Parts: sequence; C-alpha cells; structure tokens
Amino acid sequence: MNTVRSLLDDEWYERYKRISRLNIRSSIYDVTDRCNLRCKGCFFFSSDEHKAAREEKDPARWVEFIERERERGVNLAILIGGEPTLYMDRIEAFYKRLPTYCATNGQIKVPRDRFPDMMVGISLWGDPETEKKLRGRDTFAVSSKNYAGDPYTYYLYTITPRQLGRLGEVVKRIDDVGLKVHMQLLSNDEGVDGFSWTEAQLAQVRDEMDAALERYPRSVISSRYYHEVLTTRIMMGRRFGWQECPSVTEPMDTRSPQPRRLIRFIRWAADLKTMHRCCTSATRDCTTCMDGAAHMSWVMVNKREHLRSTQDLQNWITVYEMFAKLYRFLPW
Amino acid sequence: MKPDIKAVEQRVAEIIISELKLEDVTADSFDRGLDLVDELGIDSMDLTAVVLVLQDEYGITIDEDDYPKLKNLRLIAEYVHARMAG
Repeated sequence: MNTVRSLLDDEWYERYKRISRLNIRSSIYDVTDRCNLRCKGCFFFSSDEHKAAREEKDPARWVEFIERERERGVNLAILIGGEPTLYMDRIEAFYKRLPTYCATNGQIKVPRDRFPDMMVGISLWGDPETEKKLRGRDTFAVSSKNYAGDPYTYYLYTITPRQLGRLGEVVKRIDDVGLKVHMQLLSNDEGVDGFSWTEAQLAQVRDEMDAALERYPRSVISSRYYHEVLTTRIMMGRRFGWQECPSVTEPMDTRSPQPRRLIRFIRWAADLKTMHRCCTSATRDCTTCMDGAAHMSWVMVNKREHLRSTQDLQNWITVYEMFAKLYRFLPW
Repeated sequence: MKPDIKAVEQRVAEIIISELKLEDVTADSFDRGLDLVDELGIDSMDLTAVVLVLQDEYGITIDEDDYPKLKNLRLIAEYVHARMAG
C-alpha cells in the first residue's frame, strides 16, 4: 500500500503537510445581477442567470444569510456577479464574517482602507485588441492603474484561441505592474466566431502556459499539471464532464454514482434563496467546459487517486498549492 | 454487550479498507497508529464515508467538529468505543 510518506522525500512531505489539513469549504455567491460591462462570452448573461432571481436589497438579510452560511461550515466565500463592486456594503458583510475572495472586472477599485487584505481577482480576457472585441474596452488600462502593486490582487486571465502567440506579452504587462496572474480558458458559451478551441490550439496554449510559468515564476500562480489537465480535460485517465465535475451545488446533485465532489458547495443567486446548478452556467455543455476552478477542484478532490506514484502525488500537491495561494491560505 | 476495544479496532480497520478501497492491506496488518491524513492521504470526504458506516453500525453520533481527533485507527476505535452503549 502506497502511503504519502513512502512516495515523498522530506521536502515534498513538508509541502504536503502544509496543505493536507486546510479543509477548505467554499461556496459561490452572486452579489448582484448588474454589471458595468457586457462581455461577449460571459456565462452569467449569456445564460440569463441575471434573470434567475430578483436580488435581495435589504442589507440585514445579507448579514443573516452570511451568518447562516458560516454556521453551515463555509470557510471561503467566493463573490461573483454581475459586478460585486457595485455593492460594497454586500462585499463588506461577507468580508467581516468570512475569508472572502472578490471577483471583479477591476473598473471600480476596492478601497483598501475598508478591505485591507481581501483577495481580489480581476478578470482579463487578453491583449487590448481582444479586450475591445469581447468586452467593448481595454479593461486592463483601468484595472492595472487601480491595483498596481497590490499584494492581495491577481489577474484571472481567461485565454481565448485568439490569444495564441500573445500570451507571453499579456503576462509581461501584468508582471510589469507588479501583479500576479492565474490562467484559465474561455469556454465560449455564446459561440463567438473563432473563439472555440481546437485540439491543436489546446496543445499550443498548454505550451505557452508552461512557458509563461517558467519565465515568470514569481508572477504566474499556476502548475504545469493544471495546464495539462485543463487543456486535455483528462486526469488519471478520466475525462472531465458532468459525471466528474466536483463543483455542482450539493442539494441539486442527484448524480449516481456520486463522484468525488466539493463538500457543502452551493452557488447562490443574489436573492439568497435560488441555487444555481454549478459554479458556471447551467446551459453550458460540460464536455466543453474550460472552467479553471472546476478543473483544479477536480484534481484536488481526487487526492488518493494520485497516490499511485511519486510524480502523480507531486502533481497533486502543485495544484493544491496553487489553489491555496490563489485564496491566500498559503503565502505567495 | 459492549465489544472490547480490540474488536472495535478490527472492525474499524475493515470499514476503512472497504470504504477507501485500499489494496495490499488487511485488517490484521493495518497499522493502528498510521496517520490517516498525513500518511494515508484521506480527506474529509473519505472520513465522512467512514463515519457514516460507523454511525450506522454502532448506533452512535460522530460530530463533525470531532473529525480532527480521528487521526488514526486506534483513536477512531477509542472514540467509537467510548460512545457505545453498554
């Protein structure tokens, strides 16, 4: 029987022990149905999730809800939207009660005197040309000024096929303003012409992601194994899809057999009553889902699968460390 | 009548091996002091699966706040044994 200790040398074993008892229990919250951008390919609007429920506007009800979530065992609140920064009071209600991560397009600055150490993830879809095509403006020009050098902020770079050959430039721009970057791939929910991936493009983007990690190891928060799993959608011989995804809202999860999954995970709509099926759009074809968080969670919940060899377990550790760094459970 | 602690240990070993589908180990050879997280690599989902069987089999309740105490087979057996009617 392989044990963790039998597979790892002292250095890797210490790395394993730093993460083995973190026991992170996250859930995702739509803070609002509104946004100050309308991006092509944004699952929230393309699948009409902004119409799923009327958002709760009473601050006291948000506080009550968050207290219930804390009692439910949630220890990481992931705020999405719409654009959460349109409602700082709701963000603050979470921040005062739970470790909180706020996804944003970065056009409105989170005031650091009010949220000194809250993790902020800024969405970025590429170079200025791609940003203008998909989002109507070069959001980086504003977000990089708002957050340059911020030690609790990173860019979540959603790579599109049009970014092939340009990935290094984008990462360099981020590195130049003293910020970190994490990468995932566009799922192209709206079928924008030229933004769906081919297998050859996925192989190329994997090479470019590996190269970016190698060239900017201090700025890129990632793992080669994550790149492999995300671009092949295969882990330990299994293919990603509905029957494998760990990020399904627990009370709505009727899959049988039950796959390994995030415990107590729920994605809540902004009415604080409605649940969404999963961490992304319920209309998305899971076989083409490129969601980075879903893929890293897929690796993380399948730890013992990776006890087959030293390399497999080291791969698992690098992905878990990446996740822990993204939410500052481990220092950068 | 309440079984002795050794019998509980043996049965807990069988349950862990079965629930976690462990290979190359038997209830007799299972190291009672093996750290389940740091050595065996189990996570909270694995532990929950084991706990559900233990609760059914022994008619006890195991509070999730107590999971950190259940570090190895011996400690689980002692925990279960202490809560059994008898």
